Amino acid sequence: MSTISAKERMQIARQLMPEQEGLQRSGNFKEVNLGFSEQLAVLEAQRCLQCKDAKCIRGCPVQVNIPRFIQFITNGDLAGAAKSLASDNALPCISGRVCPQEEQCEGSCIRGAKGQPVAIGYLERFVADWALNQGSAAQEEAPAPTGKKVAVIGAGPAGLTAAGELAKKGHDVTIYEALHKPGGVLVYGIPEFRLPKKIVAAEVDRLTKAGVKIECNVVIGRTYTIPELQAQFDALFIANGAGLPVFMNVPGENFKGVYAANEYLTRVNLMEAYDAESANTPVLIGQRVAVVGGGNVAMDAVRTAKRLGAEKAMIVYRRTKEEMPARAEEIHHAAQEGVDFQLLVAPLEVVGDEKRWVTGLKCQRMELGEPDASGRRKPQPVAGSEFVLDCDVVVVAIGTKSNPLLTATCPELKLNKWGNIETDENGMTSLPGVFAGGDIVRGAATVILAMGDGKNAAQAIDRYLKTA
Amino acid sequence: MHTILAKKQLSPNVTRLDVLAPRIAEIKKPGQFVILRAREGDERIPLTIADADPTQGTIALVIQAVGKSTREIVAMEVCDAIRDISGPLGHPTELISSGRALCVGGGVGTAVVHPIAKALHAQGVQVTSVIGGRAKEWVIFEEELNRLGEVIVCTDDGSHGRKGFVTDAAKEVLEAGGIDVVYAVGPVPMMRAVANLTRPFGVHTIVSLNPVMVDGTGMCGGCRVDVGGETKFACVDGPEFDGHQVDFDLLADRLQTYREFEQRANACADGQCRIRR
Repeated sequence: MSTISAKERMQIARQLMPEQEGLQRSGNFKEVNLGFSEQLAVLEAQRCLQCKDAKCIRGCPVQVNIPRFIQFITNGDLAGAAKSLASDNALPCISGRVCPQEEQCEGSCIRGAKGQPVAIGYLERFVADWALNQGSAAQEEAPAPTGKKVAVIGAGPAGLTAAGELAKKGHDVTIYEALHKPGGVLVYGIPEFRLPKKIVAAEVDRLTKAGVKIECNVVIGRTYTIPELQAQFDALFIANGAGLPVFMNVPGENFKGVYAANEYLTRVNLMEAYDAESANTPVLIGQRVAVVGGGNVAMDAVRTAKRLGAEKAMIVYRRTKEEMPARAEEIHHAAQEGVDFQLLVAPLEVVGDEKRWVTGLKCQRMELGEPDASGRRKPQPVAGSEFVLDCDVVVVAIGTKSNPLLTATCPELKLNKWGNIETDENGMTSLPGVFAGGDIVRGAATVILAMGDGKNAAQAIDRYLKTA
Repeated sequence: MHTILAKKQLSPNVTRLDVLAPRIAEIKKPGQFVILRAREGDERIPLTIADADPTQGTIALVIQAVGKSTREIVAMEVCDAIRDISGPLGHPTELISSGRALCVGGGVGTAVVHPIAKALHAQGVQVTSVIGGRAKEWVIFEEELNRLGEVIVCTDDGSHGRKGFVTDAAKEVLEAGGIDVVYAVGPVPMMRAVANLTRPFGVHTIVSLNPVMVDGTGMCGGCRVDVGGETKFACVDGPEFDGHQVDFDLLADRLQTYREFEQRANACADGQCRIRR
């Protein structure tokens, strides 16, 4: 294939992701980013300098060999690129869409020092989608069975990744999922316009074809306990997710029209309330929706509100855009779609009418003071700045805390003070052969960190099973 | 898939389905519930487990057909299958091991009281049940409860048992003395009335709450209730709570959230409208 000089590589500008136009897409649930064409992908791939000491790899929680798969794209060998990527990352269609690349691979890219980093996330998605469209052609040979049985608790990003890696090594894997559909946050939380459900279904399908069994509607801690699973399996991986939503603890929070983001998004995504024509699960359609928070979940909720028909969909955040934990692309997309950002604003109380329906959110203005423990400048109230933001739906997206459903029924499992499971550097808990990862260990984190935990735990479980 | 093995109409709008769910039948305890989804695309509906037969592998679900989804479920027949059932969910009932218990059931709530009374009776607790309905044909589980102890039936119109509310009969039982605990399950106004009744007697009163629920694992926060000034999630902290601590006004209010949607869905199911919204 073509060889091009470093100088030529440096002259290529970062390719833009084709996307649905902002106002048009704010009226539908179709995916926002349309994906690179092969031509755009090759151009973008040529921007990669193929660093010997590739900082991008170290920036990736699952250590994808980024320069290698990009080199295959440059050479026009998409099958090679797909194979290379798949050997490092079990769910590339998903991470290519939802990773905070600007803080990870792209944040470490040497080209970002002067100009724009290589669009690694877009290239990952391009290759993964290409492979998905090729269907089963790229199926690998089944590994020799080891005769070892592993139970995975939770079919979210950590559990699916671990299951895929364990199956590759020939272990007999069963996933137990509490909800009626596998995917975890990928199906109940992240909206269709950011991660189409058919992508998740295809990844799940790939796993079941590789021999992974998935049992839905099984709540570990209720349907079965950890000791019961220990008796049946050689190792366990607990990845049951974050759990309970945190509320603001302000007056009026139980008025009709106040949702935790988890409920709002679950109704719309998992229960398909976005399809008003055929859905059986209702969701309140607000004309003016206030979403409290500045993370990815808040962005998902506010953009969902807009698509459900809100005239005004607002983010209420007590700091500024710079401090928002959401991915840069989500904030940018929300702004393009006409989301209103109420910044340096903190809620004090939910206001309701005599029938206890939400009519507004009483707030106060904030200003940034000295940096706090998190290193972010601490917001302080501005005296006398109280005002009422008119709204008919409030969505609280300020985080989650650990779910005690499983851990309360297994007191031998050592927890930290927040109720999250403690693990060693291999992801093993205080119980031998019981590993854990994802949000139940980390608190609320990201899809890719959960996937990283799943990958690492699978390797540790494999080592454990070989020695056990 | 969970095949329906038996179906029985218990009252004009209450149906019992005996459904195959072997694991749940094996381990369920009184007071626990399941969440079911009858078909692909349907709502998730929480239902208390009214009875179980571990040898047959079945659980009994008692369903009041009030909305579109519950009407569709009770229209299912023997040999049809329910797509998803998850459980058993929630904490089991806090049971006393000796003494006397008063079990109060209103309408379909009597189906929830029944397994509690059964477990109490099995532990040697003396059980008195007070159950009620609009009229004779609305009274359910009378025969089953009769096997466990004294039963006082109340109907609004006096067509069966006493004429009047369950609270009137319950009051007399409490006044006679010797009751150690009261279990009350029924419509929110009934549970509130029972809690108000037992408070001056100082008798511990347990109620089973039925707020709107989605996942049933604590994840969504939709089922939040106020108990003693604290927010609790009925699915993981309950569904049973100290009736003297529950904010029934809030519960009743939050149950109204989707009323308009339900009315519209019902009207559509009846063919009275052509568009959903």
